[in-house]
Amino acid sequence: MSALISIRSLGKTYRRGNQPVPVLLGIDLEIAAGDYVSLMGPSGSGKSTLLNLIAGIDKPSSGTLLIDGVDIAALPENDLAAWRAANVGFVFQFYNLMPVLNAFENVELPLLLTPLGKAERRDHVETALAMVGLADRMDHYPNELSGGQQQRVAIARALITDPTLIVADEPTGDLDRQSADDVLNLLDRLNGELGKTIVMVTHDPKCAARARRLVHLEKGVLIDGGGEGH
Amino acid sequence: MMASYVVRLASKNMWRHRLRTGLTIAGIAVAIVSFGLLRTVVDSWYAGAELSSSARLITRAEASLSFSLPVTYGERIRRVPGVKDVTWAIWFGGIYIDEKHFFPQFAVDAETYFDVYPEFVVPPEQLAAFKRDRRGVIVGRKTMQKNGWKIGDQVPLKGTIYPGTWSFTIRGVYEGADDKVDEGQFLLHWSYVNEKIKALLPSLADRVGVFVINIKDPGESAAVSAAIDSGFRNSLAETRTETQKAFQLGFIAMVDTILIAIQTVAYVVILIIMAVMANTMAMAARERMREYATLKALGFHDRFVSVLILGESLSMSLAGGLLGVALTFPLADAFFRATRDLFLVFTVTPATVALQVASSLLIGICAALAPAWNSSRVRIVDGLRAVT
Repeated sequence: MSALISIRSLGKTYRRGNQPVPVLLGIDLEIAAGDYVSLMGPSGSGKSTLLNLIAGIDKPSSGTLLIDGVDIAALPENDLAAWRAANVGFVFQFYNLMPVLNAFENVELPLLLTPLGKAERRDHVETALAMVGLADRMDHYPNELSGGQQQRVAIARALITDPTLIVADEPTGDLDRQSADDVLNLLDRLNGELGKTIVMVTHDPKCAARARRLVHLEKGVLIDGGGEGH
Repeated sequence: MMASYVVRLASKNMWRHRLRTGLTIAGIAVAIVSFGLLRTVVDSWYAGAELSSSARLITRAEASLSFSLPVTYGERIRRVPGVKDVTWAIWFGGIYIDEKHFFPQFAVDAETYFDVYPEFVVPPEQLAAFKRDRRGVIVGRKTMQKNGWKIGDQVPLKGTIYPGTWSFTIRGVYEGADDKVDEGQFLLHWSYVNEKIKALLPSLADRVGVFVINIKDPGESAAVSAAIDSGFRNSLAETRTETQKAFQLGFIAMVDTILIAIQTVAYVVILIIMAVMANTMAMAARERMREYATLKALGFHDRFVSVLILGESLSMSLAGGLLGVALTFPLADAFFRATRDLFLVFTVTPATVALQVASSLLIGICAALAPAWNSSRVRIVDGLRAVT
């Protein structure tokens, strides 16, 4: 498989006052299209920062980051936003659904940035919600859904624009075991059946084991990038 | 598509905290009502002057309104080119029962006064009865109603300027030609007062407070005024002639400071509610920082987040503003009824309504500026970490 994500000497340094705080140091990593990668490491190891950089919601301090050949760090903010809308699906630990929108409207959100008409959007949303098993919960608001159901809505939102890449930050961190399994099964399907490239941050070894490949970070350095899942 | 979505999302966001939003809207409504009423109070002070006839001049003593002029000036004024009609009047200032039962009383020239003031409409037979009876009076409809009087009633007044107890008989009632005419006056015979005062205080006899002059061409008011005043220059009682509007504005100038204070309060009220609203929007934006960051992560631009906050702020301020505008009219009506003696008219003008709506918009925009800017500038990763 060709590399969808190509990372070379990637560094990220934050500033606390006048003090530079290095978070990622010289990361080299390639992730193939269709791969399913778990980023693991202790708190503060830089795994979420690396995920944010890959997702295009943060910018590196040094090095290069190419996604499907696009140097996303060089994109102006508006172009980067458009790139994210077209290429990245997000799954967050706390779902990050809009509480004032029902499941249908939450899933529909990313489609508002596309030229699709109302009827087409409806078709897409119904298909996505059916895929995550929530066709009968379209009119429900987030506070009327369980944590697992909310995360499934979030997954439907992540895949609604048919992105190449899905990034998941602790997607099961706030769920019970059964709900976590449901979510992980869904991610398996997205990867296995739809060929989505998934990069997931997790603390949970069981969760990480569902990925094809494990990448370990510690103190901002990649210490093991060759582990295999499944 | 996006615009309607922003409106929908903004209005849904607006009602997330119903109590907070309800109280904010109520606060804006109260501020807008207060602003409207205070402005209407100021407008009403000026309304009398604004409604004045431009073809009418007032001649008074140059030194001060408290000085009088010889009645003989009337004939000389009548001969000035451009003058159509002349009449005169003087403040009588009697007390009916006590000071609380105030109504304005003028001693007027019965033969000419109603020719110069055609907007005071009196039935011909009542006017004739008034002219026949030198102790007769014509009273405005509102003062009649307020005191429960009817034609033929005797009205005793205790003189303040002109000593003694005076008794008058109501011979007629005037009504305004339109609702902007003062219907509160009590008009008595100058000749009767003058005759009685000759014996008591000869120095006050044959004197009038003002001459009221109708001119043929309103465009000639400056020239006619100058001609009248030049005729009395270097006399013992020099005159100042001005349009009725300028004359009334001169009265208003005496309370100018109060009017400026009222106007200032009206704008301060708007500033206060603006600060309250800004606080509400800042709280709302802070609470939703993670949602805004999520929207931006999904590909929505910073501008979308700004517009969302602005839309919510405007929805809230306009809801409060329109409620305030709607409430202004019945409250202005009630205020007018409660303070009928103070104001000739008390009408909420289109300009006031426009200012109320503009103030609502301004409140919404200003309140949204800081939170919209902050939320649009926040980094996505920081916003996603925000605790809600």
